[in-house]
Amino acid sequence: MTTFGLAQPVRRVEDPRLLKGEGRYTDDIQPAGQLRGVVVRSPYAAARITGIRTEEALKVPGVAAVYTGADLKTDGIGGLPCLVPMTNRDGSHRANVPHPVLADGAVRHVGDPVAFVVAETVEAARDAAELIEIDYDGLSAVTDPEAALKADAPLVWPDVSGNQVFDWEIGDRAKTEALFAQAARVTKLRIVNNRVVVASMEARAALAEYDASSGRWTLSTNTQGGWLLKDQIGPEVFHVEADKFRVITPDVGGGFGMKLFLYAEHVLTCYAARKLGRPVKWTSDRSEAFLCDTHGRDNVTEGEIATDADGRFLALRTRNIANMGAYLSNFGPYIPTFAGTGVLASVYGFQSVYANVVGVFTNTVPVDAYRGAGRPESNYLVERLIDETARALGIDRVELRRRNMVLPTQMPHQTPVGKTYDSGDFLRVLDAGLARFDWAGFDARRAQAAARGKLLGRGLSYYLEATGGAPSERAEIRFADDGFVDVYVGTQSTGQGHETAYVQLTADRLGVDGSRVRIRQGDTDTIPVGGGTGGARSLYSEGQAILATAATVIEKGKRAASEMLEAAPADIAFAAGRFSIVGTDRGVDILTLAAEQHRAIREGREGTILDTAEVAKVDAHTFPNGCHLAEVEVDPDTGHIEVVRYVVSDDVGKAINPLIVRGQVHGGVAQGIGQAVFEHTVFDPDSGQLLSGSFMDYALPRAGDLPDIDVDLVEVPCATNPLGVKGAGEAGAVGSPPAVMNAILDALSSRGVLQLDMPATPARVWEALQAAPRAA
Amino acid sequence: MGTEASAAGVFSAAVRPVTLSVNGADRELRIAPWTTLLDGLREYLGLTGTKKGCDHGQCGACTVLVDGVRINSCLTLAVMHEGATIRTIEGIGAEGALHPLQQAFIDHDAFQCGYCTPGQICSATGLIAEGRARTPEEIRELMSGNLCRCGAYPNIVAAIEHAMRVAETAP
Ligand code: FES
Ligand code: FES
Repeated sequence: MTTFGLAQPVRRVEDPRLLKGEGRYTDDIQPAGQLRGVVVRSPYAAARITGIRTEEALKVPGVAAVYTGADLKTDGIGGLPCLVPMTNRDGSHRANVPHPVLADGAVRHVGDPVAFVVAETVEAARDAAELIEIDYDGLSAVTDPEAALKADAPLVWPDVSGNQVFDWEIGDRAKTEALFAQAARVTKLRIVNNRVVVASMEARAALAEYDASSGRWTLSTNTQGGWLLKDQIGPEVFHVEADKFRVITPDVGGGFGMKLFLYAEHVLTCYAARKLGRPVKWTSDRSEAFLCDTHGRDNVTEGEIATDADGRFLALRTRNIANMGAYLSNFGPYIPTFAGTGVLASVYGFQSVYANVVGVFTNTVPVDAYRGAGRPESNYLVERLIDETARALGIDRVELRRRNMVLPTQMPHQTPVGKTYDSGDFLRVLDAGLARFDWAGFDARRAQAAARGKLLGRGLSYYLEATGGAPSERAEIRFADDGFVDVYVGTQSTGQGHETAYVQLTADRLGVDGSRVRIRQGDTDTIPVGGGTGGARSLYSEGQAILATAATVIEKGKRAASEMLEAAPADIAFAAGRFSIVGTDRGVDILTLAAEQHRAIREGREGTILDTAEVAKVDAHTFPNGCHLAEVEVDPDTGHIEVVRYVVSDDVGKAINPLIVRGQVHGGVAQGIGQAVFEHTVFDPDSGQLLSGSFMDYALPRAGDLPDIDVDLVEVPCATNPLGVKGAGEAGAVGSPPAVMNAILDALSSRGVLQLDMPATPARVWEALQAAPRAA
Repeated sequence: MGTEASAAGVFSAAVRPVTLSVNGADRELRIAPWTTLLDGLREYLGLTGTKKGCDHGQCGACTVLVDGVRINSCLTLAVMHEGATIRTIEGIGAEGALHPLQQAFIDHDAFQCGYCTPGQICSATGLIAEGRARTPEEIRELMSGNLCRCGAYPNIVAAIEHAMRVAETAP
């Protein structure tokens, strides 16, 4: 199949539709008779609610209903669950707090939902919302995670002492301490991993319809996999079986982790649709998206590396304070712990690693997975710390990394935090990156920049990521009556271009033309189970499911062909889309065979349906890794930073479609540069107001802010899945923040600035330059 | 031409008629004067290809062409454009055929989730017509009103550069 072969830069099949404005996103669906919902949110970061009056609001023409927490309580509606069990260091369980859909007498962050207004139009609902009278009794708030742990801090939850959600650890503490005791040198660093607002361009939305006769809901909403929603909202919230919910996911305008979770608005639209017997839609506006979508990152971390006299890494010790926000989102506690610490050893041969993570409640928007989910935070710490170590030891930073990397001959490699790397050729990937970047030619470029009054710096990071997500995935192949092959998948594209890669795989295995393959996703009724998309898992998990399903289809096809061609099954061979009798030219192509079998069954004759579903177990993680190299130019007069050169040398395993892989890496790097240089989430420490609550105050990177991003793919096939793929969705966001910050510090160190936290905004850089003792 | 928009849901008597030429056809709407052009297109004319990313003029997702000039349709009221010629993403490229810019977006893999894409394409159409951008740097600068959270910028710029060259060499 030349047009859709593997390892080809095939153009995306989703393209023409999305380019012509024919994409269908949740808010584009406008069923007749739909009502519109508006959420009334808390303007306070912490307050008790002493009264709510809705009478005036209900008088507004066009208003159908106003609901408060009391209504939900009366109807027995449950809260939003956190799905992560966790044991503390001392053997006790993590704190567990309720997460009511609408406030239960108190609000705990600005934006906390208090009431839901449903009306004929958004305008009517907004008018009514303004007339709801809510009496708040304001309380002191705390937004900073370190401040929240102080003895005199206001308590977000009265019965959670010290605002501490959990105190968790991993690794061999005693062994780590012993290695630190014998170290020739210990370097330390304290860094802040700044909170990030996810801000998918398409805001969240939910459209619920309820059918009273069957007692079933249809919830159309932009998710990263409807199954996770249905499994929670049924049993946990409405106390009905999960199958009472059909979740349809239309086109999704970006998710980056944030659209994985069950949110209050899913429940509210479903609740109102049942109450009112009409479709109810809620579409987030941008201002509220800043306050009601989960945020990412927000850690304060101390790390230490112990080295021997030759600069070899002995051990790594970290203590991380992770802000969880005011409630625990679906996977909140999982991110800095199980997800993040798994990659702390990265590509280096540490003998021991010990990590302690403390989760903290604050009066802020809940924090959960954002592109990379814990892995970027760990990689950021390790790569910053290695540069710091190189400086302290006086060893070149590239050489220090080289000296400590795990070698291909040491694979599979077991890390001190329990991961087993199947493959990796880190030195080769590093060298490829250095050459491509022209690392050696830096001095000349720096001199040129200096002539223009600019400080040039170069930085690198070597990242390692562990992909994650659900432990199995399903695929179903059906031969449709119109001659197409339909593949039903349990993952959910939010812009990654999976469809194209799946088409390529299916076309390759079944030997049909890619234009005859359609990918079906996003409907929990036609696809009974699915793991959704998160943790860059889609291609390797769904890919394996497609392979397994295609293999069964071919087996069934051989049986059917043997009947049809009147030959023994053992004499039937399959190649290039054709079943044929070995040694003859008699045969039948797979599409004809499938259609013939369907016809036979329809006409009451015997036949073998080729349609098949298989579930593939995905028990091994994959470990994409690579080298990011950045060059930045700093204007010392203004503190302005420009990233002027960027190279990624990436091992994502086999690249099924290099075009799509490159696009994914570009996107991840854009988000990583965004976090490193632009994106600054600021809460007022006293009032708890989000001060950076719009695109004017919160700087997403724009076209003019980013350099060209040169992506070189060095394929080291993954040994634990038949496709050899490792996953590309998150990698760009993992490697870029440390590469950029290391470059910035390289530029600033000549002026005596040795530490700086993200985001390196002009004001911060300028201040650091002013405060620094001028070095020679 | 007929009256398309029921004034469904507009409870005030302040409904006003406005006629727009949208993608080559005259359309009459009856809408409240405070309705933005964006809402007019999406909610009343059912042209949902134009996207709402912020509703505050800060993201460019809602970009359309009014009398050939690119504007944020969320920042202007529909009634201000009586008689104007509006071109939205649905009016770019012919039936069954892609506009060269759309083709360039495919060839350069210039988008991922597609949500910012209608705005990017309308904005780039306006940019090419303005004839102001010559270099990739100028394209970047003059496309800075269009956010893409998927970070497809490098390929967006390449696609526009390509389409610009095609437009220049066209007879
Ligand atoms: S929706 Fe108009 S600029 Fe964002
Ligand atoms: S392609 Fe997703 S926002 Fe641009």
